[in-house]
Amino acid sequence: MSRAEVAVAAPARAPRRRSGQWAAWGFLVPVVIYLIAFYAYPLYRNLDLSLHKYTVRSFVQGGAPFSGLDNYRAVIDNPTFWPALMHTIVFTGVSLIFQFSIGMALAVFFAQNFKLSATLRALFLVPWLLPLIVSSSTWSWMMNSDSGVINSLLRAVGVDPVNWLTSPSWALTSVIIANVWIGIPFNLVVLYSGLQAIPSDIYEAAALDGATSWQRFWRVTFPLLRPVSAITLLLGLVYTLKVFDIIWIMTKGGPTDSSTTFATWSYKLSFGNLLPQFGPGAAVGNLLIVMALIFGLLYIRTQRRAMS
Amino acid sequence: MRSRVKTGVALLLTAIMLFPVYWMVNVSFTKDTDMRHDPPYLFPVHGTLEGYRAVLHQQMPYLGTSLLVGLGTVALTLAISAPAGYSLAKLRPRGGGVLSFVLLMAQMIPGIIMAMGFYAIYLRLGVLNTAPGLVLADSTIAVPFGVLIFTAFMSGIPSELTAAATVDGAGTFRTFWSVVLPVSRNAIVTVSLFAFLWAWSDFVFATTLDGGGTRQPITLGIYHYIGNNNQQWNAIMATAVVASIPATLLLILAQRYVAAGVTAGAVKD
Repeated sequence: MSRAEVAVAAPARAPRRRSGQWAAWGFLVPVVIYLIAFYAYPLYRNLDLSLHKYTVRSFVQGGAPFSGLDNYRAVIDNPTFWPALMHTIVFTGVSLIFQFSIGMALAVFFAQNFKLSATLRALFLVPWLLPLIVSSSTWSWMMNSDSGVINSLLRAVGVDPVNWLTSPSWALTSVIIANVWIGIPFNLVVLYSGLQAIPSDIYEAAALDGATSWQRFWRVTFPLLRPVSAITLLLGLVYTLKVFDIIWIMTKGGPTDSSTTFATWSYKLSFGNLLPQFGPGAAVGNLLIVMALIFGLLYIRTQRRAMS
Repeated sequence: MRSRVKTGVALLLTAIMLFPVYWMVNVSFTKDTDMRHDPPYLFPVHGTLEGYRAVLHQQMPYLGTSLLVGLGTVALTLAISAPAGYSLAKLRPRGGGVLSFVLLMAQMIPGIIMAMGFYAIYLRLGVLNTAPGLVLADSTIAVPFGVLIFTAFMSGIPSELTAAATVDGAGTFRTFWSVVLPVSRNAIVTVSLFAFLWAWSDFVFATTLDGGGTRQPITLGIYHYIGNNNQQWNAIMATAVVASIPATLLLILAQRYVAAGVTAGAVKD
């Protein structure tokens, strides 16, 4: 789960005056230049990288031959491709399920007003605000095979310790655990404010009709929260797809690619080896962009619908 | 009574959730010789300040760079996003809807891919491993967010206010500078806080664009620590604690802005 990013609908339309258009665009010139220079151009460079056969020499000096979709073909034929795709799907899917359900349970719990509820809810934001390198290195040490606190807890209750970060069968689980921890606050806060928007008289009516609290959740809260839930999940999906820091810092995608996702694979191809493979790295990156944008469009559609 | 039980449960849940944070602080005070003690000490019983001494001696330049890059990112983000938000909210430019859409999509692009594009460009321009290069790259995390926050906030400013300024003879820029900006304090604070925090926390751009520089941010300071002397965990965790100070201050001093930033627009108000 990455940082908060937001969506705000375009303001309502009103009649425009032609004379005002110059001033209006005058204020937009900086952001338009900025978007072209620092969004469009890097993305174009990335596309260009993926369509040429670059060597380190031509990367610096230019003049790499056009190679069409060769880089993409090479990437798909690479033995890492299918595992990386699987890990991306599992990492994203499992993270979302846990972040969302734990976030929802906590939101419902904190929505009851009790002493200290506001303060404790605020404390839940801490994991989300910490720099990712801080949380990732803390989890790394907690998950250390010999001296980590988690394994010593397992030993204390008589369970065999686990090689969290060094065993190929556990590495992906370990980074998912850390990622869930980081993502819970976002889900909690957004779902909590969704809960606040449900009028309390609906609950009073349900209580009068004799609904149990379990029924109230499934019959009232859950359906009314559906638009907010959809938005939370889709945003979470887009953010989780692009998670790189946590995995790279904790496992570097290893051991033997067992926690490699598209994001870490793309970085590894371009920067992680002595001999950088910028073309294939950019190709993997562009596949990731396509995935993110598909769900991003879905998110915007869902949000527009919820707003209207 | 039931309320007290709930408070108790909430305290327990918060303690579980914040255990890693506590552990970071605990380890930062633990002596090297106690680091691999089994079972680990739950409290820093023979506490030491070795870790923090290491921070003081080795990490100050990194912290300075992070501060500089963070402030630069805030300035650049405000300068670009506040006027844009004003225009989108109040001046109704033709094509403004398309621009808002582009900004939304821009947020979806994975940072790691932006970093690769930036790397290719910076290499040619010769601005790899420079602080201004890092500021520019870091600002791409915050600018779309900034424009959307400013647009949302400024849409809420009553049109009577801007109309009155126009009647008094103020031009569009004057209205923006002397009327709209001063009442947008909350939006300015929210955008600044997040821009700073993201720049301060950034690892992706730092490691790709500033990996070989002489002025590196604190995220790389920690990363090198993990890579080099992975025995000195008290120093690593002490650096992590120090690197968490801005986030902690933010939560204490500006809690309502933080919650506003997280939920802005994700939920219909």
